[in-house]
Amino acid sequence: MNDASLMIIIISALLVKNFVLSQFLGICPFLGVSTKLSTALGMGCAVTFVMTIASFVTRLLYDGLLVTFGLEYLQTILFILVIAALVQLVEIILKKFVPPLYRALGIYLPLITTNCAVLGVALLNIDEGFNVLRSTVYGFAAGLGFTLALILFAGVRERLEYSNIPESFKGLPIALISAAFVSLAFFGFQGLLGI
Amino acid sequence: MVLDLLVPTAIVGGIGLLAGFGLSIASKKFEVKVDEKVGMVREVLPGANCGACGQTGCDAFAEAVVEGKCKPNGCPVGGQDVADKIGEILGVKAEAAEAKVARVMCSGTYQSCKTKYEYTGIEDCTAASALFGGPSACTYGCVGMGNCVRACPFNAIVIIDGLARIIESRCKACEMCVASCPKKIIKVVPKSNEYTVACSSKDKGAMVRKNCNVGCIGCAKCSKVCQHNAIEIQGTLAKINAKTCANCGECKGTCPTGAIKKFKCEV
Repeated sequence: MNDASLMIIIISALLVKNFVLSQFLGICPFLGVSTKLSTALGMGCAVTFVMTIASFVTRLLYDGLLVTFGLEYLQTILFILVIAALVQLVEIILKKFVPPLYRALGIYLPLITTNCAVLGVALLNIDEGFNVLRSTVYGFAAGLGFTLALILFAGVRERLEYSNIPESFKGLPIALISAAFVSLAFFGFQGLLGI
Repeated sequence: MVLDLLVPTAIVGGIGLLAGFGLSIASKKFEVKVDEKVGMVREVLPGANCGACGQTGCDAFAEAVVEGKCKPNGCPVGGQDVADKIGEILGVKAEAAEAKVARVMCSGTYQSCKTKYEYTGIEDCTAASALFGGPSACTYGCVGMGNCVRACPFNAIVIIDGLARIIESRCKACEMCVASCPKKIIKVVPKSNEYTVACSSKDKGAMVRKNCNVGCIGCAKCSKVCQHNAIEIQGTLAKINAKTCANCGECKGTCPTGAIKKFKCEV
């Protein structure tokens, strides 16, 4: 897929193979941070940032270090290490320059470390055989897709707040059911552009 | 063979070390200076982030106190205890904070107040009261859809028979319920004041009587019987002055509708 145009890569990551709604990666923040539109947007931006940088750095490390020494099997553990360090860096920078966002994200910021969507994008880059530029674009688009899913679902949940929901479905149960419907809607993109 | 083990270990370890050094440099470079007093003040605060102090939360209040923008007794939830501790940290003497409590100025339950129509919309006081002033016949009284219950950070409010009731032992007078009530019938009063006219209806006496069994009809019996001149009739409502009230309870005995209620705080 190295010859795929950048446009196709972006649409693929954004809609057809949306990380949250089609590949079911990163469900924890998807349910945890989507209660309010503003925090959903903040979380989406943070994840997009981490994903873009992580795709770039992991791709470089894989090509430059792991392939050279024939240690491809180390990719998972090394990527986790790199992503954890990156998230810490983002946390330090946010705390210094954007304290309100830092407080709004709260516990979910350190949780990006273990967000499987971030590790997922790094590993998928390798599987798909993207070069450095395409990896970075794919990471950025995957982050945008994550943000899109989060914002869509935050909108749904804000409406749920004011709906008359049966007692036993209140809270997380109805959220999970609505998530299933949003995900079903995204399956309508399957086969788009022949991806 | 040994190399097969050493190279991967060196690579992963090396990158780990590199990231560690990088992070420690970054954390020094981007360090956020925090006055250690802020942390100490934050420790003694209740941590409910209720916003009763007028700040956005306990963190903001701690900062404001240390910077001198707020008084040490500015936290109504923590009360005297917390004010003393903050005073100790800052090295100033805290002024006494008066204990307060929130009270619902309405007594209309499903039994005592007539209903106008049956409401089947969403469970929200603001939404319900937008529809002809709410389902109850009295447009001033408690709607009973629980906006205050959801707003209360201390679980101090319950709705029984369509009337919000405040569990005074849990109430910290943070005023979150006051802001959430669309009818504006929750008031924060001094805890020492035991008797309150639990009605907010501005209707004329006859109208109040027609709608509700327990409303204040402004008959002024209480103000006549009061030996401390603590009760004043404002419009159609009796009002007890908290400063002059001696908690003797004469007014409660004479009230024909039972709108004057005794609240005793179990401290």
